[in-house]
Amino acid sequence: MDDLSQDLIEISGLTKRFGAFTAVDGISFNVARGEVLGFLGPNGAGKSTTMRMLAGFIRPSTGTARICGHDVQTDGIKARAALGYLPEGAPTYPDMSVEDFLGFIARIRGYAGSEARDRIAEAARLTTLGEVMRLPIETLSKGTKRRVGLAQALLHDPDVLVMDEPTDGLDPNQKHQIRDLISAMAARKAIIISTHILEEVDAVCTRAIVIAQGRVVADDTPQALARLHPSGRLDDVFRTITAPATAPGTVKDAA
Amino acid sequence: MRPTLAILRRELGAYFATPVAVVFIVIFLGLQGALTFNVGNFFARNQADLIPFFNFLPWVLLLLVPALTMRQWAEERRQGTIEMLLTLPIAQTHAVLGKFLAAWAFCTIAILLTFPFVITVNYLGHPDNGAIAAGYLGAILVAGCFLAMGAAISAATKNQVVAFVLAVAACFAAFAAGTPIVTEFLARSAPALSDAARLAGIGDRYGGFTRGVIAVPDLIYFASFILFFLVTAVVVVDHKRAD
Repeated sequence: MDDLSQDLIEISGLTKRFGAFTAVDGISFNVARGEVLGFLGPNGAGKSTTMRMLAGFIRPSTGTARICGHDVQTDGIKARAALGYLPEGAPTYPDMSVEDFLGFIARIRGYAGSEARDRIAEAARLTTLGEVMRLPIETLSKGTKRRVGLAQALLHDPDVLVMDEPTDGLDPNQKHQIRDLISAMAARKAIIISTHILEEVDAVCTRAIVIAQGRVVADDTPQALARLHPSGRLDDVFRTITAPATAPGTVKDAA
Repeated sequence: MRPTLAILRRELGAYFATPVAVVFIVIFLGLQGALTFNVGNFFARNQADLIPFFNFLPWVLLLLVPALTMRQWAEERRQGTIEMLLTLPIAQTHAVLGKFLAAWAFCTIAILLTFPFVITVNYLGHPDNGAIAAGYLGAILVAGCFLAMGAAISAATKNQVVAFVLAVAACFAAFAAGTPIVTEFLARSAPALSDAARLAGIGDRYGGFTRGVIAVPDLIYFASFILFFLVTAVVVVDHKRAD
């Protein structure tokens, strides 16, 4: 388990069809410990669907996904125990206080007593939630709610972290803080983040995968990707390689 | 078991953190009291028992229990929290069972809060307290059946109003099938169905409890009924998780 070069995330031929529409079409890639993978693509390209399959929330039509060697379908509980997952929109229970919500997550994850308190305190410290711990989540700002979702994903210090737009809705200071947090954890984990913010990829990712219409269209370091366009800018590259996917008739990312 | 208890605790907390608990208990006790005293002629009967009380109880539950179950899964789906919940390292069975047990514990609390009726009949006369205890057990089991059906229906829809209306209809059909009104009607028009309805319906089984009879076949019936709908709920949650 301490081999730093091992692939903690293994995705192979992952496909998801919703009726006649293929949202994700045979995606394969691995992510090793120490990598921060930026998952890019236009809306509806299949990013969230891929992440949901990896998290075991939706069942792939074909293909497999493994987390720390555990198949997310056949060995789901072990796979999910090693996973910290921030779903799109960072859903949390609005009627609970931050403290109660993290307490609930800690109990589900098998922590009790002082260990649970330490875990909650550490997750709250990393996401700077200290001042709002006793407030009901429904009273918090969008950015703070997102940090509660992030604290939920970090609570058990997972080997694998999958975050769907972790900095969406945060102010520039908070974005900076979350990026610093991701960079600080990077060496010990395999991390996937999806994002629309290309500067974020430059700032924190060691590798970027661009998907369009459910397929991987580019997989390289952000620096190498940027060189694909004469301007050397990631957003120009992004626009060039994903152009067909933004044409009219693109189906919205399912579910 | 641990995840089930964590979910039970959260769900039960959610009832009391929101106005759900207070509204439910106040309306339940108010309605149950009004029906028993006014419509049921509690005092005019001059009998020290809780027969009118137990006669009305399932009908009040039938109206109110679906209000507890309608949000159970529909709300998770609407808020997107179902994605967070089902990507935690738990089995779906834990989630379904935890939510069901929380609702059942809450209903049991509400039903037991009718204890002043028991004190009243004991003050006024000498009731058969064994029969009263059996009636309470029957009522709690009926609530369990309604909750299990409601859970399965809630799992199938994102819309809480749809979940509520369908659950009331399903609970009504399941309960009424075993009541004398339906079985006697069927005995005249379709005798073959009469026995089937009496055996399948909740009403006749519950009737035994209110008369103080706790029969093993009835206990097995209630356990199977609840289990069947909980398994259905697990299957439906699994099937509809990504919708």
